[in-house]
Amino acid sequence: MKILVCISNVPDTTTKITFTDNNTQFNNNGVQFILNPYDEIALARAIELTDGDNGSVTVINVGEAATEPTIRKALAIGATEAVRINAKPHDAWYVAYQVAQYVKANPFDLILTGRESIDYNGSKVSGMLGELLDLPSVSIIKKLDIDGDKVTVEREIEGGKEILTIPLPIVAGTAEGVAEPKIPNMRGIMSARTKPLNVIEPVEVKTFSEIISYETPAPRGQVKLISADETAKLVDLLHDEARVI
Amino acid sequence: MSVLIYTENVGWEFKKSTFEAVSYASAIAGQNNTNLVAISIGDVSKAELTALGKYGAEKILNVSNAKLKSFINQAYASVIAEAAKKEGADIVVIANSFSGRGLAPRIAVKLEAGLADGAVSLPDQGSGKFIVKKTAFSGKAFAIVELTSANKVISLTPNSYKVVEKIETAVIEDFAAEGNASDFKAVIKEIVRATDKVSLPDADIVVSGGRGLKGPENWGMVEELAGLLGAALACSKPVSDNGWRPHSEHVGQTGIAVSPNLYIAIGISGAIQHLAGVSSSKVIVVINKDPEAPFFKVADYGIVGDAFEVVPKLIAAIKEYKALA
Repeated sequence: MKILVCISNVPDTTTKITFTDNNTQFNNNGVQFILNPYDEIALARAIELTDGDNGSVTVINVGEAATEPTIRKALAIGATEAVRINAKPHDAWYVAYQVAQYVKANPFDLILTGRESIDYNGSKVSGMLGELLDLPSVSIIKKLDIDGDKVTVEREIEGGKEILTIPLPIVAGTAEGVAEPKIPNMRGIMSARTKPLNVIEPVEVKTFSEIISYETPAPRGQVKLISADETAKLVDLLHDEARVI
Repeated sequence: MSVLIYTENVGWEFKKSTFEAVSYASAIAGQNNTNLVAISIGDVSKAELTALGKYGAEKILNVSNAKLKSFINQAYASVIAEAAKKEGADIVVIANSFSGRGLAPRIAVKLEAGLADGAVSLPDQGSGKFIVKKTAFSGKAFAIVELTSANKVISLTPNSYKVVEKIETAVIEDFAAEGNASDFKAVIKEIVRATDKVSLPDADIVVSGGRGLKGPENWGMVEELAGLLGAALACSKPVSDNGWRPHSEHVGQTGIAVSPNLYIAIGISGAIQHLAGVSSSKVIVVINKDPEAPFFKVADYGIVGDAFEVVPKLIAAIKEYKALA
């Protein structure tokens, strides 16, 4: 089985988000970048599914050279090989289009993405990839198993869950529950240095969106502290002042 | 030119997030001096469909086809894109729900449309451009995005636009679309609905518990509080990581982002990753025994105290308030 895992390079979850150039650019200064946590789950499941010489795991990233430490981490965790499409990821459409072109030339049995990236939170790449490749796509997957040429997934729906079976190949966006993220061991870290990391150039594509600027949420007012013995006062405040109950 | 709104149903009924999205789409149609067409897929009753008129839908395309009774995003995307083409709709609006997140990207590709996901306010079209504010960095910021394509798809964050009622009636028209043959590869084996639970992403009130509750056996009082308030249950990441509560209740940067009117955090210290997913809540109440817990810095109301003493008292106070109401 050949599995492709799409990975994003995102600011660490503890990052305080700030912007420069009149709020038009993300401030990279001092920010540590990591493998997107949802992509780590996808990668962990891909490694489990191919365990014991049962196939290969390719990770693909659309990014400039600065993303290579994140790609090497994916290799250290256990991916077989990596591909970097050498471009700034303009938006989800741009990323999905580049990956789709690669997949058209190099087919896979299963394509995994995280359910969303923790920077732009779009949940867009898996659906766009599915459409561009004319493959089924399922997002927010909580469980994923393969039996022969069929994949069974459990996905989250409003107020419940749904279990689907789909013939491979598919594109799947994974969430917590699918697998526990894996931590690279020393052997993995050493072998990652010699695993193939192929850099390819992007294809030209029209773009449909531009980020013009960013805003940070307005600061909240000071907390009103209420004594633990005055819970009725809290209820009154929520009713009379905040008007939320 | 027109605006098309996909009206998602749950069990053949429309939820608040659908009415929000219809109200939002109606306002966009108003901005563009054009009409709003709704599309519904499934076995929704005529009375339920007619109710969409109250929120501004002038025409409702009703797709009732046995093949489309289950949500298959490939097929639904084909049908919605076909409806957009039939109606000449250059703007398609969808709720940014679990289903919407699977649908919107496929529709955007079909229509070669820019997609603004997680929109939190009406588009700004004053400059002749089409500019949408959306959430980014898991609620730590917003991105102001210009859609430069002729067609546009917007998915609306739940609880970010108020339901607006109008006095209008909608015309219901059957729409005989059925998707493409290749759209039906996925087969739904089972749907498990927790009918008594309030859906977390579009809940008005969320009651959330953290490590301070010490174990899953102590969740009874949290559930009772949520039940009294008609709230959805949620938890912090360590709680779901420890298996005390299901992953589906985990809110935060690597869980579900929520924006309810009221978020009550019990025994949660407020790590930056948790705050990222809840900071757009309108009102935040924090109950924690540590007065230095970072959550108090972003809370509107706080009680410093042991959850095991405070929550039962709060339950009693709410019961009393309800008895008087």
